[in-house]
Amino acid sequence: MNGTTVKSAIVAALFALVAGPALAVDTLKIAYIDPLSGAFGNVGDAGLKHFRYAAELINADGGAGGLTVEIVPFDNKTNPKESLVQLQKAIDQGIRIIAQGNGSSVANALTDAVNKHNKRNPGEEVIFLNYAAVDPALTNDKCNFWHFRFDANVDMKMAGMTDWLAEQPDIKSVYILGQDYSFGKAVSAAAQSMITEKRPDIEIVGNELHPIGKVKDFTPYVQKIMGAGADAVITGNWGTDMTLLIKAAADAGHEVPYLTYYGGGLGTPTAMGAAGVDKVKQITEFHENIETTPEQIAKMDAFEAKHPDVDYYYQRVFTTMGMLDKAADEVGGGDVVAIAMALEGMTFETPYGTVEMRADDHQLIQPLFISTFTDDVTRDVEGTGFGFKTDVEIPAAATATPTTCKMRRPS
Amino acid sequence: METIAFALLNGLIYGLLLFMLSSGLTLIFSMMGVLNFAHASFYMLGAYFAFTLGNFTGFWVALFLAPILVGLAGAAVERWGLRPVHANGHVAELLFTFGLAYVIEEIVKITWGKVAVPYQVPSALDFPLFELFGSQYPAYRIFMLLISILMLVGLWYLLKRTRIGLIIQAALTHPHMVSHLGHNVPRIFMLVFAAGCALAGLAGVIGGNYLVTEPSMAFAIGPIVFVVVVVGGMGSLEGAFIASLLIGFLQTFAISIDANFADFFGWLGLQATSEVGRITIASLAPMLPFLLLVLMLMLRPRGLMGEREF
Repeated sequence: MNGTTVKSAIVAALFALVAGPALAVDTLKIAYIDPLSGAFGNVGDAGLKHFRYAAELINADGGAGGLTVEIVPFDNKTNPKESLVQLQKAIDQGIRIIAQGNGSSVANALTDAVNKHNKRNPGEEVIFLNYAAVDPALTNDKCNFWHFRFDANVDMKMAGMTDWLAEQPDIKSVYILGQDYSFGKAVSAAAQSMITEKRPDIEIVGNELHPIGKVKDFTPYVQKIMGAGADAVITGNWGTDMTLLIKAAADAGHEVPYLTYYGGGLGTPTAMGAAGVDKVKQITEFHENIETTPEQIAKMDAFEAKHPDVDYYYQRVFTTMGMLDKAADEVGGGDVVAIAMALEGMTFETPYGTVEMRADDHQLIQPLFISTFTDDVTRDVEGTGFGFKTDVEIPAAATATPTTCKMRRPS
Repeated sequence: METIAFALLNGLIYGLLLFMLSSGLTLIFSMMGVLNFAHASFYMLGAYFAFTLGNFTGFWVALFLAPILVGLAGAAVERWGLRPVHANGHVAELLFTFGLAYVIEEIVKITWGKVAVPYQVPSALDFPLFELFGSQYPAYRIFMLLISILMLVGLWYLLKRTRIGLIIQAALTHPHMVSHLGHNVPRIFMLVFAAGCALAGLAGVIGGNYLVTEPSMAFAIGPIVFVVVVVGGMGSLEGAFIASLLIGFLQTFAISIDANFADFFGWLGLQATSEVGRITIASLAPMLPFLLLVLMLMLRPRGLMGEREF
């Protein structure tokens, strides 16, 4: 091969690379922008596996609007700035749908960037499917037409939690402990206002924020809570902050209910083990022991057989993808503005009930479940022998909280 | 009263765990003049080795075997990694250990996965030992305390009362002289490096199941260990010991105090509702070690007991 042919081969290869994404019109690409390395890398990796699995199911069933769905991962290191770089990369590759969930700080940055991009680039709109960032502001003050949230927000979950609390006459004081960032602050604010409203007799004996991801030993915090004499603890902690808190509580013999958002989160059940039994409660849209159809059980089994190291955890990822699939089918293709219009106000059947994407603020309204960590279950989590069991089911309509969102829709 | 009692006990245990990590690091520093960035990675390896071995042999055998394995890994790293790199100077060594920390983390992720492994406290020690002011105290914490004290006494005896300790001390300050006297200094270096790694491994064995054994544990504790070494004085074991306990107490006491800035500086007219007045002492706990580091470098760069300046 002489010099000229090598050069032309390289040029041809480069053209193929550049032209590749543009030519592949029969795929619907979704940019998955979440941590794939660093402290929360395990969480992002599990989310990616759920998204890919959901995409496979859709493709096996004829694709979304006739298009093959492809998930393209982008590592944002849980960093808002890095996320914007990754968003630009995704847009440059011609991707028009992004999905993100870990960290409300990241979601806040992304929703602003997407909104700006769409204003400046008519005809190249991007939509943002948020499957886990639950800061209420995203569907209130900071809402916009392009953002859709598929998880119940902090206020909705806290409303369910405090309704349960209101019926527990034995609980006369609570301690609020959270991570020191927008999400932890939102949990603390919601807990204070709702408890004061529903059970003014409950005394809030402590309200503390600790640095996120930095505390190695929660024993001093637990001893402080015990010293304050709290009858229950409310926490939004997730990841190791959750694990270590429960471990320290168990070791100190702290026998009060812990009301959590993410007690069933990835890796947490393994770390808490027997220590969390009958003590840790969570409010979620899903756990494995909710009564459901045989097809759903077969799906969970198939997922866990394919990924032995990851539990089936994000039902809301399947809801997200299912609704996207339905919208693409309705509009018959990958036009994201039409998809966004179709998603707005859409109702959808999940294995756990009917859900609705509220048109006012693009917040999914879905049933929520309060459950307790116990050994009396048919499906355990992470091979621990323990799992979650439903205490209360909150129907979808009862979870809806009012919104202040006033969004502008494309004309 | 109960606050002080618990804070003292918890601070002591945390401090001794830190000392187990920092003693090896400070010895290696005084020997090679290089901060071993991968030191906390050996702590992580200790926890993972103990988890895997424990599945076959039980915790008690793993308690001895895992640190030895980590020590062997450390010796191998020194012999075939650091020693050839040493010829290229300190920066190369520093970069080598920096890279090694990432390599070990990735190996751990590939081998054991990215999620925390279920490394549990042995059931023989999983009971409340005594009750103090209505709060139970787990037996395992006292066991950690005993192991730490045993290690402390053993290390002191080895360095101050045995012939090998004498040679190590001499090699730290006068390697050429020791070499001329007929001792194999590179081998002593390898031995110290291996022993330092084994101590870090031991800390991992007893700390890994008390905290959480996961791939990010090395990077979580690494910076604190550096703070201990710098505050105590580079290369000084006594300094590392004092600094470990100091940081242990400082962090636990700060969390236990239920007060904010307004309570302390109210006489200056600071309101509890203002931005600054609202900051609680507890929220400062993780910052305190680093504040101490900064202040120490500004006011007394050689550290509490250190003999040389940077």
